[in-house]
Amino acid sequence: MDTTKNLEEIFQSKIDHEIKIEPKDWMPDAYRKTLIRQISQHAHSEIVGMLPEGNWITRTPSLRRKVALLAKIQDEAGHGLYLYSAAETLGITRDQLLDELHTGKAKYSSIFNYPALTWADMGSVGWLVDGAAIMNQVMLCRTSYGPYARAMVRICKEESFHHRQGFEILLTLAQGTEAQKKMCQESINRWWKPALMMFGPPDEQSSNTEMSMKWKIKRETNDELRQRFVDVAAEQVKFLNMTLPDVVWNESTGHYDFGTLDWDHFWNVVKGNGPCNKQRLDARIKAHENGVWVREAALAFAEKQKVRQQSQVKTA
Amino acid sequence: MTFYDYIIRLADNNLILGHRLSEWCGHGPFLEQDMAMTNISLDLIGQARSMYALAAEVKNQGETEDDIAFLRLEHEYQNLLLVEQPNGDFAHTVLRQLFFASFQLPLYQAMLQKLQGMTEEQFVTLRGILEKAVMEVTYHKRWSSEWVIRLGDGTTESHSRMVTAVYELYRYYGEAFISDAVDDAAVSEGYGVKPEELKAEVDQYIDDIFRQANLNIPVDTYMQRGGKQGVHSEYMGYLLSELQYMQRAYPNASW
Repeated sequence: MDTTKNLEEIFQSKIDHEIKIEPKDWMPDAYRKTLIRQISQHAHSEIVGMLPEGNWITRTPSLRRKVALLAKIQDEAGHGLYLYSAAETLGITRDQLLDELHTGKAKYSSIFNYPALTWADMGSVGWLVDGAAIMNQVMLCRTSYGPYARAMVRICKEESFHHRQGFEILLTLAQGTEAQKKMCQESINRWWKPALMMFGPPDEQSSNTEMSMKWKIKRETNDELRQRFVDVAAEQVKFLNMTLPDVVWNESTGHYDFGTLDWDHFWNVVKGNGPCNKQRLDARIKAHENGVWVREAALAFAEKQKVRQQSQVKTA
Repeated sequence: MTFYDYIIRLADNNLILGHRLSEWCGHGPFLEQDMAMTNISLDLIGQARSMYALAAEVKNQGETEDDIAFLRLEHEYQNLLLVEQPNGDFAHTVLRQLFFASFQLPLYQAMLQKLQGMTEEQFVTLRGILEKAVMEVTYHKRWSSEWVIRLGDGTTESHSRMVTAVYELYRYYGEAFISDAVDDAAVSEGYGVKPEELKAEVDQYIDDIFRQANLNIPVDTYMQRGGKQGVHSEYMGYLLSELQYMQRAYPNASW
């Protein structure tokens, strides 16, 4: 009992002194669980997040955009890989993680349960969705768990590139024909509030925030991050000559107000009732199941090769 | 215009196969191979872009790479039938890639030899494109060869899927090696390669890979042809409907 207490003190003292926790260090079970939940949720978000954008690869309006979109989605696959690896350092396998995704036990960012309906959505996803993600992720570069923090440094660099790329897609539309401008505004309107809800429920309703702050897994609250995002986006949208729905400057707070968010709808999307929850999960399960025979063949072949090499060594 | 036609043909193969591979993105059998297929798709579409841009420059009528890539009619695309075939399962995809890369690599290498010492700007540009492409296609060939062997010599199921893929795709293997007037004209202009001259080397390579993969080359296969002359399979119209959708729906816009 005393030993555990002692270990806990050492652990918290490392956290307090900004010393990273590494895979072989002692850590409280709840810290490990929280991290596995959060990192795997993040990894799954990267992988599921490939789908709405993937919906536009074959229909990009130019070859330059096609190459950029493909490269972006490939980056997301790469982020998924680093994050699964980071989660594996906590004692869980990629197979287990995927299984939790496919059975619905693990979640991914609800934003990817919205459909990508127009080309402008490739811009909105970059500007708003990646933009909101970056607000969270910049904070995570300083998170207390070493492998996660290091993965996030690399991810953040690529994400900020995606963010600019998204904005540039919208800027091109905003300077284009009437139809393009309309497409641009319609897309922003559709993605704005779902993007704001990416920061999670308001602080007073967020069950995970308090402990995560103490352990420095999270370093800012949902509401703080959300407000910062609104303030930044409200300035950026001026360059597009577009508007953000319900966003107005509040002289007394020195921030932009953003109206009300429909949390009832948010929780419904989390629970599986979003417009694309079923399609996203089905697509992931289908890819995984269609890949079974390929993975089995690769293993069987590797095994045969090993046996062949061993018998060669023997005969030599 | 032979140069233009010849380059467009090379580029069309890259664009259409790159398009097919891009359909896998997000749906691959596992993450590492999802990324590998996207990589190859990116290489091929990148090659297509450079080639279309060069073709447009040579024609000098204000065309852009996107005009050529998106705004032609179906019969104006001159890719091989092989590259427009649907992805099927992973076995089909890797076999299609093996057939194509095994042809494309020696073709590019032979062209590079012919282009040596040619100093006109368009030839110098083409040489630069091909030098980079050779490195990429070397990887495509290795990747697809390894997978054909791995699947052919993997499990009973993977072997039988490879056999099916061979049965369905081998008939599209031969078109690449049948020359026509465009090839002949390009040969006489000095940079073109007579594809029949590559066939023995490629056949031998495929033979070797198939042997390692426990696969047999079908006998008496009639080789389908027509893509190079713009007569495509029924799949092509659907592929182009997606590819061209935005450019057709919003003409004359910038993206």
